[in-house]
Amino acid sequence: MQDDWTKPAAMAIPEGGFIEQEQGRYGPVFPKTPACYGFTIIARIKPGTEQAIRSYAKRIEETIAGLPDALEMLKLHYLRWVLFDIGAETYFMYQGIFDTDFDKYTEDAVALFSKYGIDTVFENLEGFPEDWKSNPAAFVKFVREHQRPSFLEYGEYPYVSADEIKKALRLKAAFSTMLDQMQ
Amino acid sequence: MLELDDIQHILLGRAPAMSARYEFLSFRDPSAGRKWLAGILPTVQSVAASRASADENNRWVTLGFTWNGLRALGVDGASLGTFPEEFRQGMVVRAEILGDTGANHPNHWAGGLASPGLHAIAILFARDRAERDRCASEHRGLVARCEGVEVLSSLDLDATPPFDHAHDHFGYRDRLSPTIIEGSGDEPTPGSGGPLKAGEFILGYPDEDGNVAGQPEPEILRRNGTYAAYRRLEEHVGAFRDFLREHGQTPAEQELIAAKLMGRWRSGAPLVLAPEEDDPALGADPHRNNDFNYKESDPHGYAVPLGAHIRRMNPRDTAANMNRRRMIRRGATYGPPLPEGAPEDGQERGIAAFVICASLIRQFEFAQNVWANDKNFHGLANERDPMIGNQDGTLEFKIPKRPIRKTIKGLPAFTTVRGGAYFFLPGLNALRHLAAPTEARMRI
Repeated sequence: MQDDWTKPAAMAIPEGGFIEQEQGRYGPVFPKTPACYGFTIIARIKPGTEQAIRSYAKRIEETIAGLPDALEMLKLHYLRWVLFDIGAETYFMYQGIFDTDFDKYTEDAVALFSKYGIDTVFENLEGFPEDWKSNPAAFVKFVREHQRPSFLEYGEYPYVSADEIKKALRLKAAFSTMLDQMQ
Repeated sequence: MLELDDIQHILLGRAPAMSARYEFLSFRDPSAGRKWLAGILPTVQSVAASRASADENNRWVTLGFTWNGLRALGVDGASLGTFPEEFRQGMVVRAEILGDTGANHPNHWAGGLASPGLHAIAILFARDRAERDRCASEHRGLVARCEGVEVLSSLDLDATPPFDHAHDHFGYRDRLSPTIIEGSGDEPTPGSGGPLKAGEFILGYPDEDGNVAGQPEPEILRRNGTYAAYRRLEEHVGAFRDFLREHGQTPAEQELIAAKLMGRWRSGAPLVLAPEEDDPALGADPHRNNDFNYKESDPHGYAVPLGAHIRRMNPRDTAANMNRRRMIRRGATYGPPLPEGAPEDGQERGIAAFVICASLIRQFEFAQNVWANDKNFHGLANERDPMIGNQDGTLEFKIPKRPIRKTIKGLPAFTTVRGGAYFFLPGLNALRHLAAPTEARMRI
């Protein structure tokens, strides 16, 4: 039951990342799992760009501090950026958990990144299309090619969207206030 | 600067047509197709020509080709390969993405539209029915002279009674949210958004991000061209009226239900500006009837439900990247109107329209895939567009209301897709290029 948030759920995902082939605009649609929609992008960074990538963190922090709703349209739960080494090479991993489909997320992200000028980090990745701003399809292709599907995902409160969680917390706050007023 | 003498008139103008006919064609070989194209070409008008002759002209012709059609006209493989993937595949292959499954599936389409033999469309807009019939007869003559050209099917359309304004068979006023191209000379009505960069709709011009889309090649073929997604949408008027009666006790309640599904009263008055009662004067006033937003005026959908048709098709200030998702819509109604109070007569009636855009995948397919058919649009969880979404009787429609919202479960399908296709609408120079023999093309 997709709507039973009380029951934690795990989903094993077949190799390749698809449970059943469903066609999306730019390719097959990755499934919604108990941990919602999401992706894991892994790519090798261009040599010497590690500091540029690390300094990007500060820029995102400042952007979000100034514009807390900047990424609202992406319907995100969490984003994680990771750098790690394999031998002498440094790799980059970007993990997102969100509530819209993969292609919409990517298209909207292209637009938002352009809008806020926070475009540098992917440009440090090998194989990233230089014309990504004028060619969102190439951006989507890059993301799809570097997506490493999970083989297992788990949700403690499965399939619940970020909006629903925020709504529940607002409700809780409203009830707390109401009950406080009745003391 | 827009090349108004090369852009097909349909992109920038609405002809004062009360009647129309669409001819769907197939070419057995390139020479047959080229002969037909050369024969009909003199009737195709650019924006400039159409504007200059708007008063005395009685018919407005537009031509479009499927990818198979371009191949059938002898366009070479290298050039065919430069068209975008979604256009090359065509609407039938993209059916799942568009929600064309179940009753909407191409297996059930009419008029040979699902056939790979669909090559071209001639869109005729005529001032009146007599002119349409004259043009149809003229076209029959042309086809008869072009051996190897076959008419797969035709569709007649009319600006139907009973109202004096554009409306669909359900009775909703139409053409309320015009899309305006920068440099066209047209002024947006209040609330319709500013003029958009030409590249959103016409190939060869900068788009909203300042880019010029590169494909397709050669340049003469793409310059001033665009894409059109054709949709023939049957409207089940009897089922729609039954539904209103089932969910509204009084005529006033039924009208409110109809308004909630659409987001506007059938008069055109938007619920954001007239939430409680219809205001026909507002609905008829182009300076007021589109001048609203959602984020400030109606964030929770107490006026326009979050899943209402107009809120999905044009989320205005509640969507990201809105200027890159806009579309131009042209079309008309077909089939006889069903008089109020008359029982369903089993005749097919609906809307047959063209959605014009520079990127089928970014604009038209996005609207179908995400806005119309994503069950979780705006966090709604179990809904699709109540008017054009793929409805199979298992979904719902929620109407926010204080203190408790109303949820209609088991929403029936009010419309069914009866046909569709992706067409490339070339500029006039490109049409001349396509009409020329292959050897002559090489020299251009």
